[in-house]
Amino acid sequence: MAKAMHGDERFGLDKRVRLLGPVRLDSGAEFAPVDFAYETYGSLNADKSNAILICHALTGDQYVASRHPVTGKDGWWTRMVGPGKPIDPARHCIISINVMGSCMGSSGPASVDPSTGGPYGMAFPVITIADMVRAQAILLDHLDIPILSAVVGGSMGGMQALCWASLFPERVRSAVVIASTARHSAQNIAFHEVGRQAIMADPRWNNGAYYGREAPASGLAVARMAAHITYLSEAGLTEKFGRRLQNRPDGSMGAKSFGFDADFQVESYLRYQGLSFVDRFDANSYLYITRAMDYFDLAEPHDGVLAKAFAATKARFCLISFDSDWLYPTSESRRIVHALNAAGAAASFVELSSPFGHDSFLLDAPEMNRIVDGFLRAGENL
Amino acid sequence: MTQTQLRSDLAIIARNVRSGSRILDVGCGDGQLMAALRDHKHVDARGLEIDPVNVATAVSRGLSVVQGDADSDLVDYPDGCFDYVILSQTLQTTRRPDIVLDHMLRIGRQAFVSFPNFAQWRIRIAHMFGGQMPVTEQLPHRWYDTPNIHHVTIDDFRSFLKDRDVVIEGQWFLSGDRPRKKALANLMAEHAVFLLRQG
Repeated sequence: MAKAMHGDERFGLDKRVRLLGPVRLDSGAEFAPVDFAYETYGSLNADKSNAILICHALTGDQYVASRHPVTGKDGWWTRMVGPGKPIDPARHCIISINVMGSCMGSSGPASVDPSTGGPYGMAFPVITIADMVRAQAILLDHLDIPILSAVVGGSMGGMQALCWASLFPERVRSAVVIASTARHSAQNIAFHEVGRQAIMADPRWNNGAYYGREAPASGLAVARMAAHITYLSEAGLTEKFGRRLQNRPDGSMGAKSFGFDADFQVESYLRYQGLSFVDRFDANSYLYITRAMDYFDLAEPHDGVLAKAFAATKARFCLISFDSDWLYPTSESRRIVHALNAAGAAASFVELSSPFGHDSFLLDAPEMNRIVDGFLRAGENL
Repeated sequence: MTQTQLRSDLAIIARNVRSGSRILDVGCGDGQLMAALRDHKHVDARGLEIDPVNVATAVSRGLSVVQGDADSDLVDYPDGCFDYVILSQTLQTTRRPDIVLDHMLRIGRQAFVSFPNFAQWRIRIAHMFGGQMPVTEQLPHRWYDTPNIHHVTIDDFRSFLKDRDVVIEGQWFLSGDRPRKKALANLMAEHAVFLLRQG
């Protein structure tokens, strides 16, 4: 689907680049050099006004609309990005970057530390959502993209979109923030801590020094299982699994084992989610990115006043929440809308109905597509 | 979209909004008035609407509309941040019209309010001779399913404004699409449009 920019090696599928940086981190440290793994679809127009940055969620990656090299599955947001979709390579120059701290090619704990020749492991600096965004800005400079027509993201991607508008108000024309929040709540942090403790309790974690050896797969799988529950709704789980039992290996239909096998279908499903996740994700990256999300509070650098985070922005905002999302509920989106109103920013917001919880933004949601399409087109006509 | 296609009370509002002003349309529906004001008067328009399908339609036509409830969400808007706050055909559906109007006059320098007049003669006759809650073309709902929970007459509204020191800066009256004179408006007019500011 990608129309690469002819002759420009910086644009296209599955791109890698190492840039000098440095990224100035919230912790006070500097990080350099910075590796980026990213993809672009479509072409930048002559006045460079059609660039859209898509920011991915915790365990997402740059393969937003192309086949994932590990899983072989289609891109994670082909419902939103692609020919004839709201974000369309025929109209837009779409950029998708693996976030710093992740494990799909951008600098993260599994990357090689040039100063030691070995993986960073726990020597990788603790980063924040703002650090991820500052790193992305360095790559966009390299791509000669000064202005983003839109920054679009769901969940942690939405946090980055908000952060973009706040940190780089002169570079962002509009932001689409879906199923997201301006801060991690105590409950959000608590669930992440369960996941981190599961990883760190796995003896194979070995203080993060497991590269070249067996990875802490059991710990990471449990972390994924716990997190996965937060992505679904009770009604969604009930509809999908109810209390139904698994068929047993001996052929007996739906009998209890009176043991601790995965009797219930929901157990089997979660175990599968956990096991398949460890094949594609690094446990240390999970620690670093969940930490970055827990540290996220957009109002914190502004005396706790969220509206001040948007004081300089001229961007238009479109926020969408889902009524069954209890991870980042509608009340969090409303909090952002109130702050945007107070800051005088042009904000749209709608709560959509869906039984599928937080994950709704990744699923088929025609109303979401209709809204994003209209919102983006309105920006193109300004 | 042209202004002539607007509902007649909206057309009055559209004609009397200053070009280039900032407006908040409370209960903006699918954004018809906002779109007309944006396209014809270069107005910076924002909307508040309770129905998510209407919000989706308004946003998809490029308008800035927030899903929310006039009764609970106006409190979050800062003082004086709009030139006009508009409430068309919505006052009678709010739980506390008095508080909604207070917020409108706080948020906006001026406020447009339009509502169906419950003292219009057809309604009076239906009530007096039918002995039942009136069901008319302009008020088509029955007593149990009506969203109009605070019926108001033009005279009620005027005395309400007087009690609260609200200044009337303009008033328009309609029977169907036809304008009516101020005289006998409470008896003759189906709809009223007021332009207000805090005294």
